[in-house]
Amino acid sequence: MSGAGMRAWLLTDTPRSRGQARAAALYQGWLAFRSNPLAMVGLAILILLLAVAAFAPLIAPHDPFVQDLGNRLKPLGTPGHPLGTDSLGRDILSRLIYGSRITLYIVTLVALIAPIAGLIVGTVAGYLGGWVDMVLMRITDIFLAFPRLVLALAFVAALGAGIENAVLAISLTAWPPYARIARAETLTIRKSDFISAIRLQGAGPIRIVTRHIWPLCISSLIVRVTLDMAGIILAAAGLGFLGLGAQPPSPEWGAMISEGRRFILDHWWVATMPGLAIFTVSLGFNLLGDGLRDVLDPKNET
Amino acid sequence: MALTDRKTEGRPRAPFPRWPLRAGLTLGSIAATMLGLLFVTFMIGRVMPVDPVLAVVGDRASPEMYQQVYERLGLDKPLIVQFALYLRDVAQGDLGMSLLTSRPVSEDIARVFPATLELATLGTLIGVLAGVPLGVLAAVRRGSWIDQIARVVALIGYSMPIFWLGLMGLLIFYGILGWVGGPGRVSIFYDGMVPSVTGMILVDSALDGNWTVFRDALSHIVLPASLLGYYSLAYISRMTRSFMLEQLSAEYVTTARVKGLGERAVIWNHAFRNIRVQLITVVALSYAGLLEGSVLTEIIFSWPGIGMYITNALLSADMNAVLGGTVVVGLAFVLLNVLSDLLYKFLDPRAA
Repeated sequence: MSGAGMRAWLLTDTPRSRGQARAAALYQGWLAFRSNPLAMVGLAILILLLAVAAFAPLIAPHDPFVQDLGNRLKPLGTPGHPLGTDSLGRDILSRLIYGSRITLYIVTLVALIAPIAGLIVGTVAGYLGGWVDMVLMRITDIFLAFPRLVLALAFVAALGAGIENAVLAISLTAWPPYARIARAETLTIRKSDFISAIRLQGAGPIRIVTRHIWPLCISSLIVRVTLDMAGIILAAAGLGFLGLGAQPPSPEWGAMISEGRRFILDHWWVATMPGLAIFTVSLGFNLLGDGLRDVLDPKNET
Repeated sequence: MALTDRKTEGRPRAPFPRWPLRAGLTLGSIAATMLGLLFVTFMIGRVMPVDPVLAVVGDRASPEMYQQVYERLGLDKPLIVQFALYLRDVAQGDLGMSLLTSRPVSEDIARVFPATLELATLGTLIGVLAGVPLGVLAAVRRGSWIDQIARVVALIGYSMPIFWLGLMGLLIFYGILGWVGGPGRVSIFYDGMVPSVTGMILVDSALDGNWTVFRDALSHIVLPASLLGYYSLAYISRMTRSFMLEQLSAEYVTTARVKGLGERAVIWNHAFRNIRVQLITVVALSYAGLLEGSVLTEIIFSWPGIGMYITNALLSADMNAVLGGTVVVGLAFVLLNVLSDLLYKFLDPRAA
């Protein structure tokens, strides 16, 4: 099919199949998204992040772990070390490049665990109603009223420092808003006619929730997840900075700032560069999230 | 569902005021939230890998000694009884002994909490004084350059790691320019020069009339407080803007303009008056956030507050201190949350 033909097929008002209707909806969403330059910048930042993480061994000029004590604390622009070296002579650029993998790993895990947990709790509470709803929402409210960072600190202190525990701690404090959203969506959906029709056809509650309610909750959850990503990155970096996330030899960005903190007045770049990386990535997620919200959820425009 | 709908619609007006019931429900929900918080900290204390008995008796204690302490700590009792004992202790203000300072955790916290309170209060003040006007202006001149600036300011606030921004602030304003005092609350030679009354050094030095110390303390607090203030500003200005936009598009604003009211009066006497209630809740939430968010800031600025206390305790596996600190910050957080809820209900007649 030619480009123009494809466009016409996508923009038709009378789709012939379910697949075409879905593709058309996606394409129109993309057109709306594309007209927002800031959101496109966010998307570009994240594509770059993905590419850097995927091709880290090819891009990185040095091994991120190899120490070279003769080349300690070299400033920016040193030949062979464009972003300088840290206190053990490791190349900062290479460490940043490998660190992107850790950031993506943490963000992906939290972005899978927290919304799914919230989705299950929220839809069950909203669909079943009654005392189940009351108990689940009470628990959600309790978690929502907790101080997130301090609670994550206490969790990590109990479980031991490490990336997986940091992920767990952040997820444990991040799921309640998703449960709230999923419940609200479920409450509006569950009384609609199409759900009654499905029920009359003999569908059980599990089928209704998983096949008919979950898909409709997804878009608002995605928006919320994207907007939360920046917060997740900042929380993970904060835990790393406190020495509770990824452990020292690992090139996690927060831990790198913590290492560079000791030399901040004389060798400023060691702590500055990882901070810029964190800032760029969370900015990317914030821009993308704003753009997605405008496309998927126009009623919440602020 | 139809049944319950009919019930609420057809209900006659209650013959007695309903507020005692509502107050009871609110108190119940506060209690439930606090109980939940204490339960979580209790469970964290249970799963920790450090043996609490060994922490007391040391590695070389005899089995009898071990057993004695094991029973004294109540570890032989069922979990639910242990939780009840824990609740009793917390209710009496007993958070256990700190291994690091060998003093009761509650005393330690009473000593460090005012420092955090001082920092968070000043930060919130900065956030409100700068954030509210910025948000109002951004809404009134929607789409103008000031709106764009407000947007960028907020976006940066949401994306920048606070501990990194703090480091950069120290580097630039202390290291390079030398405009402000460095880490800590006062310079070392002023330490302990004013009697501690409230534990807040600005208040204490002012009460003492010692303006040298006051100026020095001010030069130390200005950077961390502005930093926290910036994060508070990012949030408050965004919320103010969206509340104002909602009001400005309402018909009563058009009416006010049509009858010839000045723009200033329309904005401040009409629209702004209506968002004050919402703003109070936002400020309370932001204040609670700063109490918590000060953890990382305190580390950067060596600020001897509760965040630093928790972190130091954490690094030396002093679980009583960590959990005690978590409980105190958590309770403050919950109380502020509830307070903002209550204020909203009392001040906004529609919410009742």
